Amino acid sequence: MNASSSPPTVARSVSFAIVGTGGAGAVTAGSLLLEAAGKAGWYGVMNRSVGPQIRGGEAAALVRLSPRPVSCMSKRFDILVAIDWKNADRFIHAMPVAGGGLVICDPAAGEPPRELREADCAIVEVPLGELAKSIEGGRENMIAAGLVAELLGLPDDELGEVVARRLGRKGASAVETGLACIAAGRAAAQGFGRSLPLEPAAPSGARRWLITGNEAIGLGALRGGLQFAAAYPITPATDVLEYLAPALAKIGGALVQAEDELASINMIIGASFGGRPSLTATSGPGLSLMMESLGLAAASETPIVVIDVMRAGPSTGIATKSEQSDLNIAVYGFHGDAPHVVLAPLGVADCLFTGQWAMHVAETLQTPVIVLSDQSIGQSRVLIDRPADVAFLTRRKAYEPAVQSEYRRYAVTADGVSPMALPGQPGGQYTADGLTHTERGAPSSSRHDQKAQMDKRLHKIESFDYGDHWGIDEGQGDMVILTWGSLTGAAREAQEALAGEGIGVRLVSLRQILPFPHARLAEALEGARRVLFVEQSHSGQFQRHVRAHMELPFEIRSLNREGPDLIGPDEIASEIRDWNSK
Amino acid sequence: MNIPNRKASDFKSDIDPIWCPGCGDYHVLLSLTKALAQLGRAPEDVAVVSGIGCSSRIPAYTSCYGFHGVHGRALAVAAGLKVARPDLTVLAMSGDGDGFSIGGNHFLHACRRNVDMTYIVMDNRVYGMTKGQPSPTTEPDWDSALSPGGTGLSPFHPLVIALASGANFVAREFSGNIKACTATIVEAIRHPGFSFVEILSPCVTFRPDEREWKTQVHKAVVEATDDPARAARRIMTDDGFNTGILYRGRREPYFASVAERLDDVAPLERAFEI
Ligand SMILES: Cc1ncc(C[n+]2csc(CCOP(=O)(O)OP(=O)(O)O)c2C)c(N)n1
Ligand code: SF4
Repeated sequence: MNASSSPPTVARSVSFAIVGTGGAGAVTAGSLLLEAAGKAGWYGVMNRSVGPQIRGGEAAALVRLSPRPVSCMSKRFDILVAIDWKNADRFIHAMPVAGGGLVICDPAAGEPPRELREADCAIVEVPLGELAKSIEGGRENMIAAGLVAELLGLPDDELGEVVARRLGRKGASAVETGLACIAAGRAAAQGFGRSLPLEPAAPSGARRWLITGNEAIGLGALRGGLQFAAAYPITPATDVLEYLAPALAKIGGALVQAEDELASINMIIGASFGGRPSLTATSGPGLSLMMESLGLAAASETPIVVIDVMRAGPSTGIATKSEQSDLNIAVYGFHGDAPHVVLAPLGVADCLFTGQWAMHVAETLQTPVIVLSDQSIGQSRVLIDRPADVAFLTRRKAYEPAVQSEYRRYAVTADGVSPMALPGQPGGQYTADGLTHTERGAPSSSRHDQKAQMDKRLHKIESFDYGDHWGIDEGQGDMVILTWGSLTGAAREAQEALAGEGIGVRLVSLRQILPFPHARLAEALEGARRVLFVEQSHSGQFQRHVRAHMELPFEIRSLNREGPDLIGPDEIASEIRDWNSK
Repeated sequence: MNIPNRKASDFKSDIDPIWCPGCGDYHVLLSLTKALAQLGRAPEDVAVVSGIGCSSRIPAYTSCYGFHGVHGRALAVAAGLKVARPDLTVLAMSGDGDGFSIGGNHFLHACRRNVDMTYIVMDNRVYGMTKGQPSPTTEPDWDSALSPGGTGLSPFHPLVIALASGANFVAREFSGNIKACTATIVEAIRHPGFSFVEILSPCVTFRPDEREWKTQVHKAVVEATDDPARAARRIMTDDGFNTGILYRGRREPYFASVAERLDDVAPLERAFEI
């Protein structure tokens, strides 16, 4: 044991992992601590890491807490508590312990893996099993929670409150047992002679939220007017559906579990044709199946939102791990020329806004909108300040019965958006069609109709005012980190760290992938000398996409790779540091 | 109830069908418009959804709301529409290729799901639009350029499969029998849950032999049953030309539907406050 007696320095961010076999309760312990930290005023993020086995494999709660908002996990852990070491060889390489970090384990669980024994960290043995047994009904995961709480300086009141609420459902004795375990864990930690106290949080007036990206995107869509969803289960998008099913029922909407993605996309097209704002959520394999019908939505001008929670591909890939590799199919996967919109949330909290915005854009432009979220944000649970309310005036351009002229569903208008009649409206009858059609909607193979309708559909999307939502442009300097979607948080942390060292870097990140925001991006890159692309794609899909749309008269570097090894702030910062020194 | 007086012509659009002269689908269109007139709902309260094929062109030939989607997915579009808009009368219409080949999986699940809508398949036992390839209902020895000498595959039996999958109403008609088709479509629409009607509708261009159907079809001599086992036995043993309503089930239709939206999402947001 490497106990130091010097007073502990206060940390600005602490990361810990609780690991155990599935069923050992590691994830429960992590989420109790996360919620209690939120009550104590801290921010944080939690990921679950589960093995490929459906049950009984390894499970880990990976948590990072900070007095300031955080959006991504750190790559190294300050504390690792192992309830057991079963299957440790499968995951331990993904959870390196920081230099001087602390590994806590039960001597009865056997020797820690070699990686840890040889690492620069302190290994502390705590008889978790024995301590749990000494309390009637006691469990090791709650002892672990007590240990971590003590080490971080997480106040007792908040943790007690969360335990009481979460375990209260199981009765008063369950709460008592839980609290006794936590107390036992705390007492054990006091004997370590060291701790890693986290800087106290500054009081914030805002109400704190605890939410995952997948929940936030669903809630955002509900804010945006969602009434109907249809979907087929697929990791890591299923949580969006499991959130939406009861939520939709509460507001009078409905979710249908379809027989496959071919059905789910067509069900939402049908519901939207009926006037109900609709979405589906899927991942890469499902998006591939939906492509033909996405083109139908574009051609028939039926508003729909498709949320793709990206996972590592191609094919079935790694279902539980993240990648940003569906950009190509989302942007270029349609046959024919089918203008549409592709958006990407800039982090977990931004899933709320982007979900709402996607509904707004789809409904306003009567077009399919694909939202590229991914596993890394979809399945992260974060503590954030309550996001601001955003008010969009979302309304489909409605058909108003005109007495003299016949209704033209696909009329060419100044903004390219045509009034849309809904079934039930007398005089508005038309047949929505994926065939090339006249303004009335009658099938046509004339080159005039083909051109007029294609021009119209392109025009409505390109002339729309996307406002300031295209992305972000933060900081100063002639070096630019250029990224998109979920890596924005990691890039921002790198930028902040670099600023602390006196290296000024600009961060530019795109939320609007299609239509490509040329003018805004050109403006954001003005005066740049060096541009570092950062993306989680083996082939650099994002860089290719940007290059397809604009000249890049800069020195270019790229930090890109496939999943599941996520690109983190340290790597981005060291890439810039290295470049800066040349 | 005061049913407004509507004529079949009220349900026809002014678009001329692309169908070949003599195609059975003209008769299906006529029976459909007659049936809708009899039902008495306004054209704007009816939606006709289809996939791709000669037969799937039908929505635009009606004066109802129509959706002409992609190949094989009519049932999914129709189910989404009906769940979202339970106030509408929703019909899905397909050809045998559209409905039983590329859309076959949706057929099984639409029967199971039992959404309250009507599915009419215009079965000509051939792919008309792509100029004469065998479909799932084509006889095994039917010769074609794509499958010389025939496919050698035993034909798909739509009615048996509908019944086994849980359809709540199963009928077969011949397009040339306008009166019977009209009556059966009316009954199918009125029957709660998923109603399936196979209409034998000749493709005079690629299956001229089907002109003989008018002499081959015969009315089922028995009344419709609500016992699926009896219906199955009858359908399994018939010659494929037995017409009429063969099964009327009593299953509850699919439950989910969209109501008027409550606009307040604040209670949903509170779930995330800590
Ligand atoms: C995805 C896809 N594959 C193939 C086609 C080509 N295609 C158009 S219609 C059709 C078959 C139509 O046959 P059926 O449904 O029996 O209708 P019919 O024309 O006989 O009325 C095919 C294969 C298509 N439109 N889309
Ligand atoms: S090809 Fe056959 S199915 Fe198509 S319109 Fe002509 S007769 Fe009818």
